[in-house]
Amino acid sequence: MAGSNPNAKPMNLTLNVWRQANRNAQGKIVEYHVKDISPEMSFLEMLDVLNEDLLHKGDDPVAFDHDCREGICGSCDLFINGRSHGPEKGTTTCQLHMRKFSDGDTITIEPWRANSFPINKDLSVDRSAFDRIIQAGGYVSVNTGGAPDGNEIPIPKDIADRAFEAATCIGCGACVAACKNASAMLFVSAKVSQLALLPQGNVERKTRVENMVAQMDKEGFGACTNIGSCAAECPVGISLENIAILNREFLAAKATSNNLA
Amino acid sequence: MSLTGLFLCTFLVVHLVGNLQLFKHDGGAAFNTYSHFMGTNPIIRTIEWGLVLGFGFHIYEALLLTRRNQSARPQKYVVNHAEQNSQWTSRNMGILGSIILIFLIVHLYNFFWHARFGTLDPDINNNDDLYTLVVSSFKQWWYVLLYVAAQVSLGYHLWHGFGSGFQTLGLNHRKYTPLIKGIGYAFAVVVSAAFAAMPLYFYLFTNDKGELTSAVAPLVHSLTLALK
Repeated sequence: MAGSNPNAKPMNLTLNVWRQANRNAQGKIVEYHVKDISPEMSFLEMLDVLNEDLLHKGDDPVAFDHDCREGICGSCDLFINGRSHGPEKGTTTCQLHMRKFSDGDTITIEPWRANSFPINKDLSVDRSAFDRIIQAGGYVSVNTGGAPDGNEIPIPKDIADRAFEAATCIGCGACVAACKNASAMLFVSAKVSQLALLPQGNVERKTRVENMVAQMDKEGFGACTNIGSCAAECPVGISLENIAILNREFLAAKATSNNLA
Repeated sequence: MSLTGLFLCTFLVVHLVGNLQLFKHDGGAAFNTYSHFMGTNPIIRTIEWGLVLGFGFHIYEALLLTRRNQSARPQKYVVNHAEQNSQWTSRNMGILGSIILIFLIVHLYNFFWHARFGTLDPDINNNDDLYTLVVSSFKQWWYVLLYVAAQVSLGYHLWHGFGSGFQTLGLNHRKYTPLIKGIGYAFAVVVSAAFAAMPLYFYLFTNDKGELTSAVAPLVHSLTLALK
């Protein structure tokens, strides 16, 4: 089953997979064995092989989140061997290749664990808390009518670049999963600083940060203690600087906004 | 957390600088004069209440934060390799802080309580002789051990805490953050090492009166000469 590379030797692996029937069921680790895994497969393709085996045996396949499988959508969300998205830095689970593992390895696969991310089934988690945070303020006011000329609003290149870096957040939740406190600060800070850096974001600047932080707290995420696991595990490299920008924006908004709540 | 923490850092500096007078070879006269001033000056006594509040809020916030953050992840991971993505000290500020709190209670009872409410014998300048109490305390091995362990914890606590305080306040900049972190690391090492040096010095190198023992005195003498 080895792929196009003739030197790629197929691997046999032991998988310890978290199985949980539904949101309220008691979950547990179940051991599986997969054979002839090509080092050129992605991690999710390896799980596809496992699920095929399970289906052939008449067992329930392992539920896991995935969509684009090219590191853009932020759907895949596996906690592999004690790390968000596995051992490789700056990579989503779908872009993690089996060549990063060795024949005979035991791999433990768990879902993101956070009170705010309830487990749907097995490895699939409900991250709609992130959607509700974005709905609370992660948008900009846009005038109706014809699209304005992009070059009409001058933005210095370095500011545009920093805003873009923050905008690359794919919302996968690896930051929450890796954080000891299950804090969503890196996720929230990426959106807040992206929009705070740009003139388009100025209209809702104060209400945005107040509402997004309020929603984040309401969802039950932990508080940031600047450990730094989030940025270290982020597949797109969102930096801790964004959290400082969020703190700054929040303090400034609380001190000056007209919101009395 | 950040404001109280950084405020407590300033206290550490004052406390450390004052206590360095323990190393002055004058039988404790300067140290006792200093501690008499600290215990009686009305401005210091007022700031002292600020310090009590600083510690109180820091501990209170830590309790709230810990409770909230623990409830944010009720079910732990079966396998978690956090050591591969963060520093141990950053993840264990609560444990380190608790060790420091235990130390603080013992420390306050032994020195502050006796100095403020106890009856210490007067020294040659008729100040309360806190120096002798310090020296005799640091002649007990378990006390020295507690002190050194607490200072190691303090060092690790500051290693994370100093830089973290600035980050929480939003003071992060590509130019200055590496500098702030570097100062924080140096602060952690220097402050904890200097505090730990006090009990170790009296335990290892002095007699019951705080005078250098005969084995060490020539060494110190030649060191002083070399420095001159």
